[in-house]
Amino acid sequence: MLEVQHIFKTYEGKPLLNDISFKVDLGETVCLLGASGSGKSTLLRIIAGLEDADSGSILFNRADLTPTPPHLRDFGLVFQDYALFPHLDVNENVAFGLKMRRLPQDEISRRVADALEMVNLAGFGHRRVTGLSGGEQQRVALARALATRPRLLMFDEPLGALDRTLREDLLNELRSILHQTNIPAIYVTHDQEEAFTIADRILILHDCRIIREGTPADVWENPGSSFVSGFLGLGNIIGGIYLDASQVETKFGRFSVHCEHEHSKGDNVALLARPRDSRTERSEPNGERSRSVVNVISGVVTDVIFQPERFRITLDNGLYFYLPNAPKVGEKIEVRVKVECLA
Amino acid sequence: MGIGKNVHKYTGRQERIGLFTCVPVYFSTNSRFLLWVLPLIFLIIAFFYPLSRILALSFDPSTLTSSNLLLAFRVLLFTFYQATLSTLLTLLLGLPSAYLFARYDFRGRSILRALTAVPFMLPTVVVASSFNAIFGTRGLFSFLFPLSQASSILHPSPFTLILLAHVFYNTTIIIRIVGNALSSLDPKLEQAARSLGADPFRVWWNVTFPLLRPSLFAASLLVFLFDFTSFGVILLLGGSQFATLEVEIYLRVLKLPNLPLAALLSVIQLICTIIFSIIYTRFASRSTIQLAPRSTFIKAKTTKQKLFVTIFCLLLSAFFILPLSSLPFRSLFRLEADRGQRGEVQYGVTTDYYKELFVNRRGSIFYVPPIRATANSLGYAGATVIISLLLGFPAAFALAKPTRLERILDPLIMLPLGSSAVMLGLGFIISFGKWLTSPFLVPFAHTLVALPFVIRTLQPAIASIPQCLRQAASSLGASPWEVWKNIDLPILRRATLAAATFAFTISLGEFGATLLISRPEYPTIPIAIERFLSQPGGLNYGQAMAMATILMVLTLISILLIEKFRLPNSGEF
Repeated sequence: MLEVQHIFKTYEGKPLLNDISFKVDLGETVCLLGASGSGKSTLLRIIAGLEDADSGSILFNRADLTPTPPHLRDFGLVFQDYALFPHLDVNENVAFGLKMRRLPQDEISRRVADALEMVNLAGFGHRRVTGLSGGEQQRVALARALATRPRLLMFDEPLGALDRTLREDLLNELRSILHQTNIPAIYVTHDQEEAFTIADRILILHDCRIIREGTPADVWENPGSSFVSGFLGLGNIIGGIYLDASQVETKFGRFSVHCEHEHSKGDNVALLARPRDSRTERSEPNGERSRSVVNVISGVVTDVIFQPERFRITLDNGLYFYLPNAPKVGEKIEVRVKVECLA
Repeated sequence: MGIGKNVHKYTGRQERIGLFTCVPVYFSTNSRFLLWVLPLIFLIIAFFYPLSRILALSFDPSTLTSSNLLLAFRVLLFTFYQATLSTLLTLLLGLPSAYLFARYDFRGRSILRALTAVPFMLPTVVVASSFNAIFGTRGLFSFLFPLSQASSILHPSPFTLILLAHVFYNTTIIIRIVGNALSSLDPKLEQAARSLGADPFRVWWNVTFPLLRPSLFAASLLVFLFDFTSFGVILLLGGSQFATLEVEIYLRVLKLPNLPLAALLSVIQLICTIIFSIIYTRFASRSTIQLAPRSTFIKAKTTKQKLFVTIFCLLLSAFFILPLSSLPFRSLFRLEADRGQRGEVQYGVTTDYYKELFVNRRGSIFYVPPIRATANSLGYAGATVIISLLLGFPAAFALAKPTRLERILDPLIMLPLGSSAVMLGLGFIISFGKWLTSPFLVPFAHTLVALPFVIRTLQPAIASIPQCLRQAASSLGASPWEVWKNIDLPILRRATLAAATFAFTISLGEFGATLLISRPEYPTIPIAIERFLSQPGGLNYGQAMAMATILMVLTLISILLIEKFRLPNSGEF
């Protein structure tokens, strides 16, 4: 279906997109995840034909789209601030794309009704769009994009302006609509929860490049770099020096870790200590022994926060863990952790 | 025309008053009405009493004869005709220019945009003189391209000249209002339309145009209003054969005296102006339901875009620079023989026209050296500044946090703006005929025109002072006078200077009312220009150009000062 090939783009002299390539297959939802300003929206506009790339090409079904103007690409676009036409009512907004395609009037009314039905807005047709709530406006925008049955749907932070509960509801609806219609989709967001909920595949954009690509589960389990781990908030990132025999020396102690990459003695490596994979170690009366024990971190509890089914414990060394039982603030504890090697 | 129009720049300010609006502690609620005493007495004497005299005169049965009504109808028709034509021409130049400034980024963009706004503030006599200096029968083009060999484009008829001057004046309104609407249009709307399958034309037709329509109508109506009430430009460029309402009123006062007919015409004029203003306010309020601000301008890329940008930059530069620069040029170059001059005529650079301003010639149209007109103008302007500040301050304090009653009084203060300058002059003549011999009526007439601007400039500044500042000062032991001196005055200094400059500029350039009520021995600069222009001979013409140049320079300095003193973020219109 859609193929993005080697897109380069600079903005005011600075690189914005550097050799971006990926594919989207039929029925697949690909999510571009990145901090704001990382060029996600620009990439969408390039795919839509609203902006030109410096080099690279966009292919659909192996046909180069470079000469195709945006209004002939047949790609639906949904914006964060909805971009509803304020001078048209709900029906007219949804019918806009169909009118542009010069469909017969009865076909237009039928498709508008279908699209509004699909986003649960049946009966809203004659309302003014300026009087609708944010969530309702975004549903109209979605219906407007769906009504033309585009070859590809693109979402630019579509839920960014909505509050949390509304966002979750709409996200689930959107997921089921995308599965129902089987339209390939590109979803741009800076919110990782949104990304992991909606995506079949996640692309993480950083420093103008795609630095990680995979299914949500794969990306979550194997972040591959300290940036991705930090960006996704996977846990404590600890810098250390590689010794031999898969041992890493850090300021929190010595860790035994399995590294996929080859390392030689003295290399700087980053470790990820996920807060969930930890448990308290019985403190031995004999302090001598615990010093040589690997993968145990000791510290004084500075904060305990209750979270559903666990406690979030923060230690005086800045690290945090999830533990089933709450220690007291000020108590010295030892935590046995699992660590992963981040390249 | 040049005077009444500036108010729209400031009417939007009212909404921007912050949360802290209040009347200073040193005015108790009971003494608030004291604030109103002076301004209201002034308005009643200088505006409402003359207005009532005009109304009484025009609704007298002896005035409403069929021949009078027929003439009024004919004049009204012609006024509509020229105003409509002027508005259409203004749109023709203004719309592409608005698009140019709203969408494209090019070198010199802000300078060119500022340039298009300059004529708006210039006195009508300056604009009329500068068009005369290029296109008039004694203008630049007549000498550069003598009639025999040049096309008629370079020698437009007086009527075309009037239309051109109107376009010159009002293009900036279209650029500002429509351009601002265009640039505050969310670009995502157009992108959404594109992605939904609309080609560029249908994007424009189905999305952009409908969204711009209210501002487009508002801007056109405003331009129409100014063209409708235009006086100086028409009189100086066309002469009395182009009888618009304003010109006809003037003729019926000074040339073919018939005061009842003049009164009837000015009532018709007032009714039309009020109707247009009401419709304008409707559209203007609808055009403000805007949308995300666009900050990005694009650089012209395709050949078509580059061509568009280049052509319009050149066109606008030529159209706006040429008249403004021809005035000083023509005042320094001798192109024709002076009256009565024989033998060898020295053509070329000369300062004679300026030197001649200081000479009281025998048989001169003045009883005094023409430069005295400048002194008179400065004197009148100074008096106007003092009177309008004295009246404007209390009114502005009261309006900074209006009570319900004061909300009703507010439009009353603005009403003199709706009536034309010629009508104000007519009212003075009817009401204060016996005092016309004294020069003291003129500053009061000027104050009438300047007062709304002064109040609209002071009011937001006063409202922006948090009441707690004054309360803190008085709790620290400051007396009401000391509060005013130490809190209000320093904060209001800039606004006061801006208001004073406004009053000064308006008085300097005021033409319509002054023409009717000023004494021949006390001419102002605009009056002197008008008299010089109507006299034959190169010397008179050159002196008109010299005077107009002086007035233009004074006005430009004032504009710069106003821009400098205005509240930094108080917006444009």
